[in-house]
Amino acid sequence: MTFFTEFGSYLLTLRGMFTRPENGKMYWKEFMHQCSEIGIGSLGIVAIISIFMGAVSTLQTAYQLVSPIIPLSTIAQIVRDTVILEFSPTLVCIVLAGVVGSKIASELGNMRVSEQIDALEIMGINTKCYLILPKLLASICVIPMLVVISAVLGIWGGRLAGTATGILSPAAFDKGLHQYFKPYNVFFAMAKAYTFAFIISSIPAFYGYNVQGGALEIGRASTKSVVVSCVLVLFADYLLSALLL
Amino acid sequence: MIDIKNIKKGFGEKVVIDDVSTTFKTGKCNLIIGTSGSGKTVLMKCLVGLFEPDSGEICYDGMNFSEMNEDRRKELRQSIGMLFQGSALFDSMTVEQNIMFPLDMFTQNTLAEKLKRVNEVLHRVNLEGANKKFPAEISGGMKKRVGIARAIVLNPKYLFCDEPNSGLDPQTSLLIDKLIKEITVEYNITTVINTHDMNSVMEIGDHIMYMYQGHKEWEGTNKEIIFSKNKLLNDFIFASEFLQDAKDLRMLEVKGKIDMRDIDELNKQVDG
Repeated sequence: MTFFTEFGSYLLTLRGMFTRPENGKMYWKEFMHQCSEIGIGSLGIVAIISIFMGAVSTLQTAYQLVSPIIPLSTIAQIVRDTVILEFSPTLVCIVLAGVVGSKIASELGNMRVSEQIDALEIMGINTKCYLILPKLLASICVIPMLVVISAVLGIWGGRLAGTATGILSPAAFDKGLHQYFKPYNVFFAMAKAYTFAFIISSIPAFYGYNVQGGALEIGRASTKSVVVSCVLVLFADYLLSALLL
Repeated sequence: MIDIKNIKKGFGEKVVIDDVSTTFKTGKCNLIIGTSGSGKTVLMKCLVGLFEPDSGEICYDGMNFSEMNEDRRKELRQSIGMLFQGSALFDSMTVEQNIMFPLDMFTQNTLAEKLKRVNEVLHRVNLEGANKKFPAEISGGMKKRVGIARAIVLNPKYLFCDEPNSGLDPQTSLLIDKLIKEITVEYNITTVINTHDMNSVMEIGDHIMYMYQGHKEWEGTNKEIIFSKNKLLNDFIFASEFLQDAKDLRMLEVKGKIDMRDIDELNKQVDG
């Protein structure tokens, strides 16, 4: 029963966002601010994770491919597909669910508890539209870009690790990168990125916006939003794989 | 003028506001007083539309707020200013940005015009030079004054203040009260204040409504409140022995049984 109540409330919150903005310029400013917060703010952690993720996949793939009849360039091919299909969209979005999700939930929760949302309401501003929509749109614009950057850095990290450890030469890695490349995989990764971006921004926004209580409740809402976002990202990952692959 | 008629509001089984009617007059400081949990804040939230009353009417200068659609409410809200208990300033913005926010959102003024208006209201609340400070860098009293400045920047017709003196020392409280009173008279605003500060009641209470357990128990002015025979009101106002003694002295003086000048003389002798 609680699930249906929460789901209904979530849908109503989303519906409430879609009204005519009071002042387009202010909304644009807020959208750009959120793009910078979410995009630039998460770039460092995304870069670190991606490089190590690619490097580790190269080493572990090489460790498992022991047959002399399999060419070394296959390692690069496996790393490329793993990074594009799964690691960059899913792993990065799970990390972003923690980084961006907790930030959105705690920011909105704090605004709710300190009556800043009430202050905006009384000014005549649709707070769902002004506070949630720019975050949602910014996530949908910026997170797929982060996923693309992550994929590039992941593959580069794999190449770097392969070369540095002497597992395969840069030429063999580059050859493997071009082998049997399917552009559809990129489309699939982008479909996942857009879906996950929606989940990891709308769920924390919902929990943060509807916080009632004080600091403890903000913490709980933040944790819950990250947990629910992660579970939904994994569920959506499975669903999209089953439908699109 | 704000007219409220037979407002009722409950949460589940619990009735929080029970059939409250009154009129808040223009150019006056209208105070809602009462103990914690008497329904003051809920009533104020109903007035500004943060809560929807279960029944009854709220009329702003004859316009029925309860029957307005969302667009008309938005329009009306631009003529409402509110000072919150915790000031509700936007943490990430400077004092200037906080005050400029309603101007940015609802006017097409140039930056120079907006800055001029911000400086005007900052001057009005005696906070010149605090433009670039963040809310975390200013005191509680200053936050309240910034809250007032933000509330009046769009020249509102109605001003709501929720516990404007909470957490402030008596001197700062008096300053805030004086400021609210001056602004009310100067701009001819309908001001509604939620408080349980007795200094405010005596200083600025042009019209006072005492609420007890969700209903209106007493209504009058600060001149009348001290002589009220209402037991619940008296228990609330004269909760401390000090205030009770002060009242008894005043009553004796009114009845001509003592002369306060004698007491002043006595005080001087004790001090001497």
